[in-house]
Amino acid sequence: MGWLPAPVEELLNVALVGELTVVRPDGRAITHPLIPLYDGERILMHSSTLFSRKLEHIKANPHVAVSLSDDVAMKGNLDRATIQGTARIIEDDPHEQWERLILDLWRRKEPAIDQFLKARVALPLFFERAVIAITPERCLYWPGGNTAREPQISSAPTKAAA
Amino acid sequence: MTVDGKVMQRLTEYPFLVVTWVDDAGYPVSEATTFQTDGDAPRLRLSAPGLAIPTDREVSVTGSHIRPQPGVGYDERRYLCVWGRASAVEDGGVTFTGEHAWGWDEAEMPFFEYSERSVPQSRRYLEKLSEERGSPVKPRLALPWLILRTTRLPFLTATLVPVLLGLAIAARHGPFDWLAAVLTILGASFAHLAINVTNDIFDTLSGADAANVNPTQFSGGSRVLHYGLLSLRELSTWAAILYAGAIAIGLVLLAIRPSLELLAIGVAGVLIGLAYTAPPLKLVYRGLGEIAVAVGFGPVMLLGAYVAQTGRLAWEPVVASLPVAILIALILYVNEIPDRRGDAAAGKRTLVVRLSQAAVERLYLGAALVAFALVVVGVGVGLMPWPTLLALLAIPLVFQVYRGIDQHYNSPYTLMAVMGTNVKLHLYTGLLLFAGYLVALGLTLLR
Repeated sequence: MGWLPAPVEELLNVALVGELTVVRPDGRAITHPLIPLYDGERILMHSSTLFSRKLEHIKANPHVAVSLSDDVAMKGNLDRATIQGTARIIEDDPHEQWERLILDLWRRKEPAIDQFLKARVALPLFFERAVIAITPERCLYWPGGNTAREPQISSAPTKAAA
Repeated sequence: MTVDGKVMQRLTEYPFLVVTWVDDAGYPVSEATTFQTDGDAPRLRLSAPGLAIPTDREVSVTGSHIRPQPGVGYDERRYLCVWGRASAVEDGGVTFTGEHAWGWDEAEMPFFEYSERSVPQSRRYLEKLSEERGSPVKPRLALPWLILRTTRLPFLTATLVPVLLGLAIAARHGPFDWLAAVLTILGASFAHLAINVTNDIFDTLSGADAANVNPTQFSGGSRVLHYGLLSLRELSTWAAILYAGAIAIGLVLLAIRPSLELLAIGVAGVLIGLAYTAPPLKLVYRGLGEIAVAVGFGPVMLLGAYVAQTGRLAWEPVVASLPVAILIALILYVNEIPDRRGDAAAGKRTLVVRLSQAAVERLYLGAALVAFALVVVGVGVGLMPWPTLLALLAIPLVFQVYRGIDQHYNSPYTLMAVMGTNVKLHLYTGLLLFAGYLVALGLTLLR
């Protein structure tokens, strides 16, 4: 199971949007709002091939961060967190593999996705997707969302041991 | 985009911002912060955060917004990411000066348009993935959906209406051959679908599909080539199979009903369909698409169905085809409204590209009313039976579409409902005419 602090796991479970930041080949950090999913161990995000530049960046540099900061997107939960980690792109079959991996988690947060899926014929490329599986390595947590204070920092057990 | 006071002003419309940079370990790190504006300058004063914002490297500042819709998901998506430099100020905060920006606001660019503009990225990505793997990775659709999309099957109503009308008129004029009727419907349908597929090939090759970033379910073609769902070779094979089916059925019909007129009508129909987008004529690129469609899905189809039953030409099917011809041309005409910018970019000078909005609206209303006036005239001169006046029941839809065009002319996605109503106008008018002919046939039989 995961090592993230329980309040951060709660944020991941409710957040409709988080900010995924990846690093471009020129070293510039670029941020993409995406819906974060959590399987109890990894943060799972996903991207259509239509918007796949972030996937190319991750393949070149897997270091990423996910920021959870908007209480409106987190059912009023004021806590904030940033999770740094290493991402892996899962795209053996962009047509349907993502459905097996994340569809259940996705529809729990965005039930309307089933309606979109039924209309797949209308937007076929949107549903050619890759999963971004992020293994958390370091967590910065601001209880109550007060980022004027220093965050509580925790690290993955293996990383801490190393 | 470059950053000016306006971009920074838009950033300040978000309640808080997320500041991001790459830390010394090479990982991105983000923290939320509040801010103050600095007049019209492309600068923001960021509050002193718990994690010190570095001043020795580039940082980015991101505003992001959604509106949760409980039990559904969310909408009102927008975000703005600005890159720049931070410099320290006395109270521990920093001044951020923006240099470059990137973002999306679905209120300014609808999601569907954003997706269409991103199609080249998807194709590049999948091509690269294919190279990495050494085997092709292509987007897919389940076969029934692929058939539906590739052939644009729902548009078959454009064929069924005139063919059924031609058959109904023929039934009043003599004995009815059910086998020939079924073959006529099948042959005309195969020809229609073949022409749809061929037109898509030429539209993609001409660049019209790539230039059109506002396709809808009624306009913009099937886009199967543009999306990479089928290759040019595969789509050409589909077209060849459909043409072969149409020709085979046409030959059987000619064997049943040997008729030079029928042969001429069949050949004319296919040639008009091809000339619609294919060089050298490319009728739709010259503002003649509506006329080609009107002739093909009006007199040609209707008269063809009539001749396949009777073996001879007559004036009644020609007159009865005119309202249907005008209304089918108006489907194309209205469907060209959202395509007009892409069409213009690809050199496709359709009527809608050539005319002003006011002229487009006036021409629509005038032409639609003429279609119904022709029914009245046809009945008045005794060429059409009086029960076909039933078609006039569809007139309110004309005004519904006219008002809808005026209200949604510049909004491709809200115009979709109007385009749907316009398709119904053709279908319902055709079915009411058909019903009128059935009533007339019943009255004839009762006498």
